Amino acid sequence: MTDLSLIRNFSIIAHIDHGKSTLADRLLLACGAVTEREFHDQMLDSMDIERERGITIKAQTVRLNYPAQDGKTYVLNLMDTPGHVDFAYEVSRSLAACEGSLLVVDASQGVEAQTLANAYHAIDANHEIIPVLNKIDLPSAEPERVCREIEDVVGIDTSEAVKVSAKTGIGIDDLLEAMVKRLPPPKGDRDAPLKALLVDSWYDPYLGVVTLVRVQDGVLRKGMKIRMMAAAAAYDLDKVGVFKPKPTDVPELGPGEIGFIIAGIKTIADCKVGDTITDDRKPATEMLSGFKPSVPVVFCGLFPADAAEFETLRESLSKLRLNDSSFHFEAETSAALGFGFRCGFLGLLHLEIVQERLEREFNLDLVTTAPSVVYKVKMVDGTSMELHNPADYPDPMKIESMEEPWIKATIITPDEHLGSVLTLCQERRGQQIELTYAGTRAMAVYRLPLNEVVFDFYDRLKSMTRGYASFDYEMDGYEESELVKLAILVNAEPVDALSMIVHKNAAESRGRQLCERLKDLIPRQLFKIAIQAAIGGRVIARETISPMRKDVLAKCYGGDISRKKKLLEKQKKGKKRMRQIGEVEIPQSAFIAALKMDSR
Amino acid sequence: MSAAPLGVYVHWPFCKSKCPYCDFNSHVREGVEQARWRAALLRELEHAAREAPGRRIETMFFGGGTPSLMEPATVAALIARARQLWDTAPEIEITLEANPTSVEAGRFAALAEAGVNRVSLGVQALETASLKFLGREHSADEALEALATARRHFARHSFDLIYARPGQTPEAWAAELERALALAGEHLSLYQLTIERGTRFFTDHARGGFALPDEEASAAMFEQTQARLERAGMPAYEISNHARPGAACRHNLIYWRYQDYVGIGPGAHGRFAVGNAKQATRRASGPEAWLEAVERDGHGTAETSTVEGQDLVEEALMMGLRLADGIDRATFASVAGTDPVEALDAARLEPLVRAGFLEIDATHLRATSAGRQRLNALLERLIA
Ligand SMILES: Nc1nc2c(ncn2[C@@H]2O[C@H](COP(=O)(O)OP(=O)(O)OP(=O)(O)O)[C@@H](O)[C@H]2O)c(=O)[nH]1
Ligand SMILES: C[S@@+](CC[C@H](N)C(=O)[O-])C[C@H]1O[C@@H](n2cnc3c(N)ncnc32)[C@H](O)[C@@H]1O
Ligand code: SF4
Ligand SMILES: [Mg+2]
Repeated sequence: MTDLSLIRNFSIIAHIDHGKSTLADRLLLACGAVTEREFHDQMLDSMDIERERGITIKAQTVRLNYPAQDGKTYVLNLMDTPGHVDFAYEVSRSLAACEGSLLVVDASQGVEAQTLANAYHAIDANHEIIPVLNKIDLPSAEPERVCREIEDVVGIDTSEAVKVSAKTGIGIDDLLEAMVKRLPPPKGDRDAPLKALLVDSWYDPYLGVVTLVRVQDGVLRKGMKIRMMAAAAAYDLDKVGVFKPKPTDVPELGPGEIGFIIAGIKTIADCKVGDTITDDRKPATEMLSGFKPSVPVVFCGLFPADAAEFETLRESLSKLRLNDSSFHFEAETSAALGFGFRCGFLGLLHLEIVQERLEREFNLDLVTTAPSVVYKVKMVDGTSMELHNPADYPDPMKIESMEEPWIKATIITPDEHLGSVLTLCQERRGQQIELTYAGTRAMAVYRLPLNEVVFDFYDRLKSMTRGYASFDYEMDGYEESELVKLAILVNAEPVDALSMIVHKNAAESRGRQLCERLKDLIPRQLFKIAIQAAIGGRVIARETISPMRKDVLAKCYGGDISRKKKLLEKQKKGKKRMRQIGEVEIPQSAFIAALKMDSR
Repeated sequence: MSAAPLGVYVHWPFCKSKCPYCDFNSHVREGVEQARWRAALLRELEHAAREAPGRRIETMFFGGGTPSLMEPATVAALIARARQLWDTAPEIEITLEANPTSVEAGRFAALAEAGVNRVSLGVQALETASLKFLGREHSADEALEALATARRHFARHSFDLIYARPGQTPEAWAAELERALALAGEHLSLYQLTIERGTRFFTDHARGGFALPDEEASAAMFEQTQARLERAGMPAYEISNHARPGAACRHNLIYWRYQDYVGIGPGAHGRFAVGNAKQATRRASGPEAWLEAVERDGHGTAETSTVEGQDLVEEALMMGLRLADGIDRATFASVAGTDPVEALDAARLEPLVRAGFLEIDATHLRATSAGRQRLNALLERLIA
């Protein structure tokens, strides 16, 4: 139990790659949480996938002890957050557990789209914000210019901004002092009934279900019986601890403290992030406000490459869901792909990461269908439905009207690329709302149909601006739209997993693109293959793959049959990664690649 | 089953240099101890006779590596010992693979003396530039001379060519093929170049050092080869092997018919009946490891297993469908215990028959020429 006045809880927020995780590393080192010897880059990015991609996906929490110049030792609870827009839900939960934020801005790049978005979230959360200019070691750093930009664009005072280099350690001591002086200590009442916020929970192979909490009032003590208020479930507390960064047991967590609990929780459903944990014997009467539930905006089907792995996929999804409350799943069946799950994500990177984690951490082979958004359909008979899956597209005769989701996108780009960015937005049915300049960069705010963004919008934006544009978005309601279902037929058989819902005007070019792309992705086979795109019964595009002419091992291996067997074994494995549509074998990679539209 | 023919394969794992396309069990060694190797091969041959006793051998095959680098005395000793260990067919076929260099041609007389009655020469190409690309030790002229020498000493001979080489056009191959036909005796093996993992070509190819003819061009060359040899009276009896009637390599036919053979020497494989079961053997492939094992244990067997059930059916199909005659259903049934057509999934078989890739009649299941040309894909549809 720490004196409230000696606690500082803060999140590190920034645009992607502005150096949050590196700064966290530096703070760990400065406070002696790790020794020089143990130290390595991205200390807190513990997943392989985070290290490989150099990005943070999961927010991480560490408790540091900082002996300040005033002679007191402070407890600093640091939360490193992800920068990518898809993981904004992680950021928002971290913010809810803290009183302050370090807004890190790359002093050579300046304010980017997520700088703005995350700063606004911190302001909404009533945080005290310390602007931190990072990477001042770089020759291209322009801290003064970037400070002006922060004032102009984000609108916060930078007179006391701290200039640091997370890489070399310059300015870290000043930053630590600024934190204890300027960030507010938490408030809370030790004697009030226990109220702790369930910030996050995940499955640890050694510890089981680990739950990250922030205590508001009261005390969490090892051995007590706790209750999850919304889930209405009670547990005995086996362990209470903090991350330093290694999990370390403590006897209790008092008001203002952040730590973890382990309570032998078995049911994933009982760990709802945002729930309030209270004392079973002396429960609180009111719950904390919790979090807005995350709303998945992009859906796709995930199918096991090997049908026998359906149950394994189900279990893996459940485990992953515990670790990532922002994705959703339910069982679905596809004629082409068999049994699988319809899954909802916060964005395309999120989709990609979940898919990769399933493949890697659970050793699964997956087939992913076209990403789709959620449409609202009004039927002629007056009923209405939400459409998550193009396969459920009703008979067009019965549709009265359809609505599609729109977003409000903020794009910040160097002005030499502005022209192409505006063209891209225009092509994607965008409506310009605002166009402003800050120095040599422009900020464009557009309304766009989300449908147009899930197809490689981000990739296109990145490539046309050579990586310099940044992009953030928020949902912005539904609007009526003329949408049709584009069906793909292979040798006259519809392939449900490749069908998609598109705007009427885009249908023909999408159909043509998709057919051309499939032609390249489906290898020649023994039989001729016709690929068609159709709307209703009308074929709008067609490609043919001519049959293969030769495919044989010509060489002689004498009596070494094992050589030929190896090929057969390889084929058997390959076959598991194929989907049979009539006589045509479609590699699952084609399903995935076909939908990366335009990116060639 | 023991009435069925038995083949004996002898592997000689050494070569003068390693060809950049070759992934056979072949090694370059200074000063091979011929006497030690002779003794070891003889010991393993005796072991093989215990593995498949009481049989009659119809064929022997010295393969490699470069068995023309064996001392003729070793070849002679192995043939003589085989004759002691097993009953031998009067018309026994004894083939030896030879590289067409002058040194090796110099041994042909002695090899014939030893009992070899058929040679297969690795000519590989008739153009010197191509031979250089293929890393061969001989020139085209040297190969032609070796061929002439072979003709003098052996009643039966064949030579190998590798085609669909980088930059080779169907026209260039057609011209080379004409020259080959003029030189050919009763048999020709015509292989399209394959790039194998673990060879220098694999790396060169992966790095873009050269490109192979595309599927269209290699298909055209394959089709043209089939047609031209058919007209010349040497139709393909197997995907890459052509012979005048009755002149097929009987030893290789044993493999394709999934009949019995024993194998000795490093990396040699065997498949033979033990009672009602099909035994598979594999010898250690490293030459030194094999040699030590034989000297210690009397054989260098690395693995012995029984091939049964679906595996057996698959092996017999993979081999048998390479033959123009296809699979004799009755023979197959006697080996695999089931008729091949019944062993296959009718739903998979039917579209392949309908499309003209497979033929079924009362006695045979065979891949048509269109089917053989696409055998990998065909087998994938059929059994993968
Ligand atoms: N030169 C220099 N490079 C830095 C500094 N801080 C971070 N970097 C580099 O910037 C890159 C991104 O750093 P991270 O700490 O992973 O950035 P992040 O903000 O955590 O990124 P996400 O978690 O993906 O949003 C890395 O290559 C760092 O080495 C700095 O002070 N100076
Ligand atoms: C056992 S091998 C080699 C025999 C002998 N050492 C020689 O080189 O002539 C038999 C034949 O396979 C063919 N061959 C070997 N490697 C090949 C490859 N990568 N592609 C095509 N044919 C190949 C060659 O024609 C070779 O003669
Ligand atoms: S092709 Fe023949 S000579 Fe060349 S390395 Fe292979 S086995 Fe030896
Ligand atoms: Mg990070």
